[in-house]
Amino acid sequence: MLNITNVNKVFNAGTVNEKIALRNVNLHVKKGEFITVIGSNGAGKSTMMNMISGGLTPDEGSIKIDGKDVTRLAEHQRAGLIGRVFQDPMAGTAPNMTIEENLAIALGRGKRRTLGFGVNNQKRELFREQLKQLDQGLENRLKTKVGFLSGGQRQALSLLMATFTEPKILLLDEHTAALDPKRAQLIVELTEKIVERYKLTTIMVTHNMEQALNMGNRLLMLHDGGIILDIPDEKKRTMKPQDLLRAFETARGGESFSEDRFLLT
Amino acid sequence: MNQLAIMGAIEQGLLFGILALGVYLTFRILNVPDLTVDGSFALGGAIAAKFIIDGTNPFLATLLAFIVGGLAGAFTGVLHTKGKINALLAGILTMIALYSINLRVMGKANLPLLREDTLFTYVKDMGIPNLAVGGVTLLSGVAIVFIVGVMVLKLIIDWFLHTDMGLDLRATGDNSKMIRSFGVNTDSTTIIGLALSNGLVALAGAWVAQYQGFADVGMGIGMIVIGLASVIVGEVLFGSSSIFRVTLAVILGSIVYRLVIAIALDQGLNPSDMKLITALIVIFALTVPTVAKGIWKKQAVRTARGGSSDA
Ligand SMILES: Nc1ncnc2c1ncn2[C@@H]1O[C@H](COP(=O)(O)OP(=O)(O)OP(=O)(O)O)[C@@H](O)[C@H]1O
Ligand SMILES: [Mg+2]
Repeated sequence: MLNITNVNKVFNAGTVNEKIALRNVNLHVKKGEFITVIGSNGAGKSTMMNMISGGLTPDEGSIKIDGKDVTRLAEHQRAGLIGRVFQDPMAGTAPNMTIEENLAIALGRGKRRTLGFGVNNQKRELFREQLKQLDQGLENRLKTKVGFLSGGQRQALSLLMATFTEPKILLLDEHTAALDPKRAQLIVELTEKIVERYKLTTIMVTHNMEQALNMGNRLLMLHDGGIILDIPDEKKRTMKPQDLLRAFETARGGESFSEDRFLLT
Repeated sequence: MNQLAIMGAIEQGLLFGILALGVYLTFRILNVPDLTVDGSFALGGAIAAKFIIDGTNPFLATLLAFIVGGLAGAFTGVLHTKGKINALLAGILTMIALYSINLRVMGKANLPLLREDTLFTYVKDMGIPNLAVGGVTLLSGVAIVFIVGVMVLKLIIDWFLHTDMGLDLRATGDNSKMIRSFGVNTDSTTIIGLALSNGLVALAGAWVAQYQGFADVGMGIGMIVIGLASVIVGEVLFGSSSIFRVTLAVILGSIVYRLVIAIALDQGLNPSDMKLITALIVIFALTVPTVAKGIWKKQAVRTARGGSSDA
């Protein structure tokens, strides 16, 4: 479903600020896989996600989604294939537009825009149906401006908007990190429910090792621009956070895991 | 103050309401400060006057003004999105360029339309009677036609902003990162928005030229501020809770603005003082709500702390 081949990315090449963000990354994701990604700050997780979404272009290498080479496609040109939820709950929705208008935009993902009404009764019916699964009562507030919702509600709505059109790939970059624990848990449960329902091919970045182990069916660890661990489902099920730390040390040839670089939760 | 001055202010307010709608599209919907307006307003007047004098049907000439104004807006949009020029600067560049272009179009600095058939002479020839209640004239017959025309435009804009494309345009101003992640090219929506906005502004210029009976190369000076004044005054006085409401509000804001100007003139101020008055209106409308909110908040805090402190 997703093939990342020999991707390299260097920021500010040739200057004192040169930073190698990705080194020769190879990743092959099968349809229906739910990958969790962990790694220290600056490891290159967001950079990898942005390569897939088209926010950044690789210096070298190629990216294919569902057999289609998207390496040189602009973000908006490949958006039809990709659903995304950002870390910032404010980032995924338009605050001065209503819930139904936001959903209408999501429904039109990657399609040609027309001069037909953005929202009509038929769409409203669909939106109500979809909003019900969030259990936030939003199905009765279609005409509320999204800016009036809480952070958790906005993130739940962002998640719905990213998924209900069943994208080929779902990208979640620390999408629960800005929420309080209770709300974060709610979004985690919702994520599992939705991914399961549509069998979405998903890549989720998290700083929470428990989350990374409990969710999904494959785990990647990034370090210094490379994938240093790729743990399959069977092995992942048996692991505890301590095992992950040990695996990291082995992979790095004895380098210990400095806790200040890796937020443990 | 005499009735004629009031009636004139309402007529002008309605025509400049089209300008306000255009400025609203960029300033509020796209969230881009666009200074092309001064140039595209005069461009609309110049195109309409030139073509009418050359014998073109005034309807067609006015439509042309709208289209050419749209091109000017699109030019600013391309400078801003593709040329990566700051929006303010892109607008200023187009505006300055248009000054020369407008002179080229007109051939001289001022084109009188007094002997020509224009949209305005058509409207007058319709002979719609003034609307009077108990001997007091409320609206001129001309204003009644203007109301119909401006309302039709308003409704078209309301409709457009609720289409798929309109939603994209609004989301571009509201959260461009989000709308890109849903597959929309925000460069295109920005260019479309600027084109539509300046098309409306040029349409206003075309109407005003026919209404006042001439086009002048300087007729656009200060139009951006007048447009902003209408938008801001309208929003403050008449609310902005929905698109439908706010588009009405900016038109009403434009009428209020003209009435304030008429009153200021009636009080003996010079026409040349009006730019100052305009700036004061905008400053007043921008600051008063903020200050009022601050006072209201302080009072709310005081009440919440358990009764008023001055008891
Ligand atoms: N636009 C940019 N310009 C320059 N350097 C960048 C840019 N984006 C990222 N970097 C650098 O690339 C490296 C990888 O950044 P990235 O954001 O991918 O890390 P991350 O794994 O997502 O980290 P975090 O856990 O903090 O989110 C970092 O050293 C970062 O400073
Ligand atoms: Mg990151």
